[in-house]
Amino acid sequence: MADVFRLRSDPEHTAPAVPLADYQPGGTAVRLEPADDARLLLPHLGALRRIEIAFPKFREGRGFSSARILREAGFTHEIRAVGVLYVDQLTFLVRAGFDAVLPETPFDPAVAQRTLARFPHVYMKAADAARPVWALRQGG
Amino acid sequence: MYRYDQYDQAIVDARVAEFKDQVARRLRGEITEDQFKPLRLMNGLYLQLHAYMLRVAIPYGTLDSRQLRMLAHIARRYDRGYGHFTTRQNIQYNWIKLEETPDLLADLASVEMHAFQTSGNCIRNISSDQFAAAAADEIADPRPYAELLRQWSTLHPEFSFLPRKFKIAVTGSALDRAAIQLHDIGIQLVQNDAGEIGLKVLVGGGMGRTPMLAPVIRAWLPVADYLSYMEAILRVYNRHGRRDNIYKARIKILVNDLGAAEFARQVEEEWAQLKPLGLDPPPSELARIAAHFQPPALDAGAPVDIDLSNPEFANWVAVNTHSHKVPGHAIVTISLKAPGEIPGDASADQMDRIADLAERYAQDEIRVTHAQNLVLPHVAQADLFAIWQALRDIGLATANLDRASDIISCPGLDYCTLANARSIPIAQKLAVRLAPQEAELGELKIKISGCINGCGHHHAGHIGILGVDRKGEENYQLLLGGSGAEDASLAKILGPGFDENGIVTAVEKVIDRYKSLRADPSERFLDTWRRVGAEPFKEAVYG
Repeated sequence: MADVFRLRSDPEHTAPAVPLADYQPGGTAVRLEPADDARLLLPHLGALRRIEIAFPKFREGRGFSSARILREAGFTHEIRAVGVLYVDQLTFLVRAGFDAVLPETPFDPAVAQRTLARFPHVYMKAADAARPVWALRQGG
Repeated sequence: MYRYDQYDQAIVDARVAEFKDQVARRLRGEITEDQFKPLRLMNGLYLQLHAYMLRVAIPYGTLDSRQLRMLAHIARRYDRGYGHFTTRQNIQYNWIKLEETPDLLADLASVEMHAFQTSGNCIRNISSDQFAAAAADEIADPRPYAELLRQWSTLHPEFSFLPRKFKIAVTGSALDRAAIQLHDIGIQLVQNDAGEIGLKVLVGGGMGRTPMLAPVIRAWLPVADYLSYMEAILRVYNRHGRRDNIYKARIKILVNDLGAAEFARQVEEEWAQLKPLGLDPPPSELARIAAHFQPPALDAGAPVDIDLSNPEFANWVAVNTHSHKVPGHAIVTISLKAPGEIPGDASADQMDRIADLAERYAQDEIRVTHAQNLVLPHVAQADLFAIWQALRDIGLATANLDRASDIISCPGLDYCTLANARSIPIAQKLAVRLAPQEAELGELKIKISGCINGCGHHHAGHIGILGVDRKGEENYQLLLGGSGAEDASLAKILGPGFDENGIVTAVEKVIDRYKSLRADPSERFLDTWRRVGAEPFKEAVYG
């Protein structure tokens, strides 16, 4: 899968992702559609190795909440955004908790790196490790 | 006034570089217009009927003279010498060239301004009370609370692709000059018996196709929990707001469908998850921001008697100034509504002169109002005459604040791709016709939108006018009885619509009937309407 833009160094978990409705306890890969409730996966986070979240159209934004909810619950394996996604959304995706993206049209790696390096600071805490400026201002 | 530190400046500078890169990729053909559109929209750049339109954010409507001069420079350098102040306390430029926008944004960034999120399905410019820090009825200056929200909502990773746009207003007064009941979220600073400040939170108001007043979902929110609670509201909306129908996608539909109590319960449930995550900055951050908004050092012993022997000046003082919390001072509203002119427009030269006045007489502050006027918030009464003379020299001494010719109007079909009908010519005609009798009419708020999206706030007008398309013809509906103030109400359609001349005549008939119905000259049109109802007005217009 050369077209996956991945920010993880561990080997890709290649099991096919099943729809949430077909997910069985113990399964290692699952796919959430925009309307699926990510919290239904919370009992299964120990078994899961990859969660895919679908973005069937650009206007779709529910997946950002889904990813962040999974990270807030402590999930550390891959969360992959799949669908109509542009490189310019990369910072939002990463901050919401995604660490892999499979876009319809592959990202230009140079533009992707430039995008990720663009903003030196962030205003709010999110699912990544970035410290918000209010914490930096407190000297912390 | 808030001033950027190195973090704020670095973020705005990065945004300029990002947009420059995006425009370059578009001009090289590396991205399609379809891909580029959402990117430019999140920087406030619309493609309108004739050219690109750029909307610049004026956070909570506060500017200093340096910033207003930059807005004048932009009008001259990149536009046709004028700008249009909007109902969201922003400014729009209507004749922008795409290839020049990166330079324009860089110019803005040099005075701590930007166009972040002035369009798109994200959290828009935070609006507030234009009399903040000057009004006598205020509990506290709402702008630090608005600035905290501005920062929190800027490039928010979870809430940049909401079901629809999202508008938040913050006020520190019980007298509502910010229309908080007509916002997606309205926040009112309140005080408890112990003298502590907390937040009253309203959710789910709005105008547009389905106008609604926002219910209170929390009567008291501790300031320490402010941002985590906002996250909870936005998360419930982002996950559950409708995305199948653009006309039902605003949060008001979700709140209305669930009921305010159930919506509030879901927010509390989500908040229980979010609150322990450390999303709220420590109190020192709000204190840091608030330190930028120290009230100006005004002399409370300043003279209160001014020479009102010039009747024109005396009238302007009576109509366009409000009392200030510090004796001997006043709040001046500069009307951008000279009858016959385009509501909310100001030329570059006018902006420069107003900047001069702010610097010289008004503690270097200017405010933009949602009624598309400008305010000098801190003025010594002794300086009023000099200010009035200077304004008269540039055609801005119109004494019509909150009167019949002080009309709110969207750009309408003259500029906007969404519009079904022209708004500006209706506003111009009405203003010219009504100005001669407006003094005897007292407070009368007329608001005109050129389409159902309601940017001209027609639902909040004492008299509202909505332009629609009827079989290819412009048609204007007449609505009566709205208010965007603390006594908020939604205007109701009176009956069948009119053509361009017919709507002007119909408004005149309504006003004539009001004059014969009012209990005494101090009874406002809105109060007469509330007392007598629609029937007498229907009879006057259609009978």
